[in-house]
Amino acid sequence: MQDHDRRNPNKVYAKVRADHFPDGRILPLMFRVEDGETVRIDRILEVREAPSLKMGGQGTRYTCRVGARELYLFHDRDKWFVEE
Amino acid sequence: MNRIILHSDADSYYASVECLYTPALRGRPMAVCGSPDDRHGIVLAKSEPAKRLGVKTGMAIWQAKALCPSLQCVPPDFDLYLHFSQKLRRIYQAYTDKVEPFGLDECWLDVSAAGMDWAQGERLAHAIRRRIRRETGLTVSIGVSDNKVFAKLASDYKKPNAVTRICPENYRQAAWPLPMSSLIYAGPHTCQKLARLGLYTIGDLARADAGMLEARLGKNGIMLKAFALGLDQSPVKAVDAEETIKSVGNSTTPPHDIRTPEEARAILYLLAESVGERLRKSGFKGRTISVTARNPELVSHTRQRTLTSPTASTGQIARQAIALFEQQFSPLLPFRSLGLNCGQLSGEEAPVQMDFLGEAERNDRAQRLDQALDSLRYRFGHTIIRRGIVLADPAFNRVNPAGQVIHPVAFLREDGVSYARP
Repeated sequence: MQDHDRRNPNKVYAKVRADHFPDGRILPLMFRVEDGETVRIDRILEVREAPSLKMGGQGTRYTCRVGARELYLFHDRDKWFVEE
Repeated sequence: MNRIILHSDADSYYASVECLYTPALRGRPMAVCGSPDDRHGIVLAKSEPAKRLGVKTGMAIWQAKALCPSLQCVPPDFDLYLHFSQKLRRIYQAYTDKVEPFGLDECWLDVSAAGMDWAQGERLAHAIRRRIRRETGLTVSIGVSDNKVFAKLASDYKKPNAVTRICPENYRQAAWPLPMSSLIYAGPHTCQKLARLGLYTIGDLARADAGMLEARLGKNGIMLKAFALGLDQSPVKAVDAEETIKSVGNSTTPPHDIRTPEEARAILYLLAESVGERLRKSGFKGRTISVTARNPELVSHTRQRTLTSPTASTGQIARQAIALFEQQFSPLLPFRSLGLNCGQLSGEEAPVQMDFLGEAERNDRAQRLDQALDSLRYRFGHTIIRRGIVLADPAFNRVNPAGQVIHPVAFLREDGVSYARP
């Protein structure tokens, strides 16, 4: 249960594999939520600071394309979560 | 060149951050409240809907619930508020390096530039407001003026998510009708004094006779009149301006009243631990020790004493504080809270006056002991080693020895304020 957020039980933190560049930039490559499948990110369309309106939270928002879907991956302090 | 000063104030800050993280609370009456079990059960911040129902900061939770039975209370998360405070500050710093924080949620910005007019200043304020909304989801209200005092007044003028300008062209219409209490540095006491003189609004103060104000309120009277006339010239301190520490202190309200001298001793030891540790961390020694005690009726008293030589040793601070307490406060028990403060600071390396009784030597030994304890705590955490006296009452274990991270801020600091004499 510790993957779930204290404030919003529907918000689940993800396991993420990412590239960390020498200049400090982080680019996520794939993620997995709880016992789900590992999802490979095809392309990152936009990176910016943004609030998460549906899940609650704020951080660096990666707009990701996964197959035909578009989703947001948030990096909030040291944790990651997905908003679709 | 005209100065253009902005004062940015995050709207219902703690409550907004909580709503940002909890979608279910958005648009609902909610409040961030201290813990009633630890007797901090008051409203620290409230959301806009709760405000409309009359909930005010500082109310006891039961009072707030009487006004608004559906009020949702959540505990505070100071680390998160601190995190967003830094985020906001970084955004401000993208516009100017002259950013002076005032508490966690307010900042002054000096955005003056050659050839900049009021309309441009206002546009910049809107740009900052929109960017903060877009990037953080929080809203701020920004006041635009040519001085810090009116900029702060303007940021309170219209909320939330608004920009207000109070400048030489409109301050008579905008600022003067406002009640005295909205002026910075006009606290409840000063307002009472001014009301006795028949001065109720900022305009009354601006029009009052300077000589009369000086006779009744001294230098502060002149300063307030200058503020009311928009004559404040205090600079916005640049980000890197280090604040000089003048004293180090801590206070606590334990879960139950302090009833016996033993309990007071335990609390003073706890406070001395944190004060001593912070003194040593910032490389200071203090020469005056003061103890503040607040009784259950919330009346507080402070007593202080000066030491023969400055110290940063936990043991010595504690012994002095306890002696002071026993002399001055013991007959007045019980107390609701205790505070300990160490002032007249000097550098750690300042020369020490030796004496024939070997006191300086004893201090030196005590200090080495403290350093050993500090390094243990640094490596293994605060609870690795504690005083036996502190274990006497399990309730006191909840008292946080690291101290609160949020320190009150003073507007009036040494060379912080300057104004033209009216």
